[in-house]
Amino acid sequence: MNWLAQQLDNLAWMAHGGAVYVFAAMAIVCALAVVFTHNVVRMAFWLILCLAATAGLFFSLNADFVGAAQLLIYVGGTLVLLIFGVMLTASGPFLQMRTKPGEMVLGGVVGLALLGLLLSSALAVRWGERSPVLASEVVGAGFNPVAEGNTTRELGLKFLGASSRDLKTGRGELSAGYLLPFEIVSVHLLVVLIGAAYLARTKRRKQPADSSGDSRSAALSA
Amino acid sequence: MNPELSTAAPADLNLYLFVAAVLFVSGIVCMATKRNGIGVLMGVELVLNGANLNFIAFGRFTKLGIDGHVLSLFVIVLAAAEAAIALAIALNFYNNHLSIDVDRADSLSG
Amino acid sequence: MTPVLAASSILELLQQYLSPNAAYLLAAVLHAALVLGFFGVAPLIYIWLERKVAGRIQDRLGPTRVGGKFGWLQTLADGIKLIQKEDLCPEAADRMLFRMSPYLVFVASFAAFLVLPWADGWIAQNLDIGLFFMLAIMSLEVMGVILAGYSSGSKWALFGGMREAAQVVSYEIPMAICALVPVTAAGTLSLMDLGRIQSGPFLNWMIFHDPFCFIAFFVYFVVATASVKRAPFDLAEAESELVAGFHTEYSGIRWSYFFMAEYASMFAVSGVATALFLGGWNTGLGLEETVLAGWREAGGPWYLLANLLGAKVFITKGCLLVFVQMWVRWTLPRLRIDQVMTTCLKYLLPISCALFLGVAIWPLAVFKLTGRSTLVNSLKVMGTDIGRPMSERSFVPGVPQARHAGPVEAQATPVAPAPQGTDRAGAELRVPAAPTLVPAAADKVSSS
Repeated sequence: MNWLAQQLDNLAWMAHGGAVYVFAAMAIVCALAVVFTHNVVRMAFWLILCLAATAGLFFSLNADFVGAAQLLIYVGGTLVLLIFGVMLTASGPFLQMRTKPGEMVLGGVVGLALLGLLLSSALAVRWGERSPVLASEVVGAGFNPVAEGNTTRELGLKFLGASSRDLKTGRGELSAGYLLPFEIVSVHLLVVLIGAAYLARTKRRKQPADSSGDSRSAALSA
Repeated sequence: MNPELSTAAPADLNLYLFVAAVLFVSGIVCMATKRNGIGVLMGVELVLNGANLNFIAFGRFTKLGIDGHVLSLFVIVLAAAEAAIALAIALNFYNNHLSIDVDRADSLSG
Repeated sequence: MTPVLAASSILELLQQYLSPNAAYLLAAVLHAALVLGFFGVAPLIYIWLERKVAGRIQDRLGPTRVGGKFGWLQTLADGIKLIQKEDLCPEAADRMLFRMSPYLVFVASFAAFLVLPWADGWIAQNLDIGLFFMLAIMSLEVMGVILAGYSSGSKWALFGGMREAAQVVSYEIPMAICALVPVTAAGTLSLMDLGRIQSGPFLNWMIFHDPFCFIAFFVYFVVATASVKRAPFDLAEAESELVAGFHTEYSGIRWSYFFMAEYASMFAVSGVATALFLGGWNTGLGLEETVLAGWREAGGPWYLLANLLGAKVFITKGCLLVFVQMWVRWTLPRLRIDQVMTTCLKYLLPISCALFLGVAIWPLAVFKLTGRSTLVNSLKVMGTDIGRPMSERSFVPGVPQARHAGPVEAQATPVAPAPQGTDRAGAELRVPAAPTLVPAAADKVSSS
């Protein structure tokens, strides 16, 4: 019985840490699949899985609100939009536009070089030493909404320029907050809405040649 | 939730940086090699996600804190706006050229 | 008292026997298994119910033979038949996507059940952002439907998928805004907290909180019906035009995944409506603060009994709403696709925006006019107050409080800014807010 409990305990630890690695592996594999797939709809499918795995990573980082926003806006909104676009622009049933192998190789080499550069510079820094104020202090004991992923109120306060830590300690010099950027983004969204509607509105399609236009008008009159 | 479990960092910062770098580079390669306009858009989404992951990871492991969350929220919203506009442009392009192949968008080249 | 009955949650029970980590893992698995059980059984019953309802409305009997008098086992028999069928994949289909998309729909539909509050403290995963998570997850389901429609390689399916994309993306917006109306009034996104706020007599339910919430409930219900693609909004599978819409090419067990997901989603949106507007697990008879509170205090089997009653009430309310959806389906004719889009974009969207604006202004207007933060005076009925202000109810979101709390519940309590008297910055924030601005929010802070 004791042995079983011990095994279960180990398994729990592994499951807890392992979920993060599963999400990380899934994100990486799906991102690579997006690159190497030629069919656009399959690319969209892999992208869904990749973004969902990234949302899982957000949840593992106690960023519940951002994770849910990622699922709602990216996967539920943007990707549906993309697939809509695929359907409206596809000329064949399962559209494929092959990249030339040379381009692919060149892209791959440049990509690998960039990856090497990024990784070598990012992993060379000892983040723990550079920034000694790590999670233990940021998410202090007893008053700890972020540690459990309950970031909603914290985010709301942040938009107003406060933080619960300021309120708690009374060192409350309220900063400017993110209200102005928020307003700018909302106006930006409105502009985008109008702009997209203007750009995408139905226009007369440019006829490749006169003959097709004639046949079309003939078909209409018939 | 068990406090012991919830506060312990399940993985360190480097794992997240690694994943973010791979997402970023995949996006760049995607943007560079895809000929389908919508494929290029998907590359942009990947790049933005890599950046987002970095924001959140630094928010968790350094003093950036909740500011990282706010920034990544802005990124998500702006990515949605970008996708809407880019898709409208793609549709317009398709209406004019009957194709979504970005290599054929060469009217301006001399 | 046996430990099995003494625990208030699965986690608490397991912690008596196992190490914390193992208990946590096992509790998570059990939570998922319980939700999956409900997720599997509910559609079986609903499909039978749908047949009975359809039959009665059309002056027929519906299934009568399989499994006794009322045809109880009809769905089970159908399920066995479906499992035996050949797993077909059309020649023209994109095989991988064709096979994957039913799972996508199924998983998205199931994950929505993780944050449904069954009773006080009974929830699979108590998230601070429960409602937001729910909306996000439910928006994933459309992805599977679109991919199914596209990958089938059939015109009917493609049209169904396109319609679904246009419809759901449009209806998501008024749905989210309508769901935000009671959230704005209550001040929390957590479905568990929303349930706790609405305890007491039924006038405490959010639907009776103000006129905007009242209208929002009906708008939400219409929009939710559309977003789970039920008639009269089932354009994605319009039989008379598109054979069977997006699942034309599916058969056997994969088809039944779509079907199960549809019925489970019906309950999911009804459950959200229940938790948001109709008092969640609360009976509405004022029992919560008189009888059931005592049971909870007593702990042990009494606690279990109180929560079982709560779960029963919650499921009953959800099933009633599901029944209404079926009733509507067999009564109203299907709309045309352009009518569906017009209804959403020209009517429901402006209405929901106006409701949202209204509910934001409501507390200010009430306070200006009456000097109180609610319209109704508190009435003592059966030992409980009717129309008590949000801030004076037994549960206030964002304020940690002592309760008969298992560990799962302890996590539920959002550790929000709860400034104490000694807290300078908190006091400064509090003072100007209390008399003039948003009285409910200000009371909430000061009542801590």
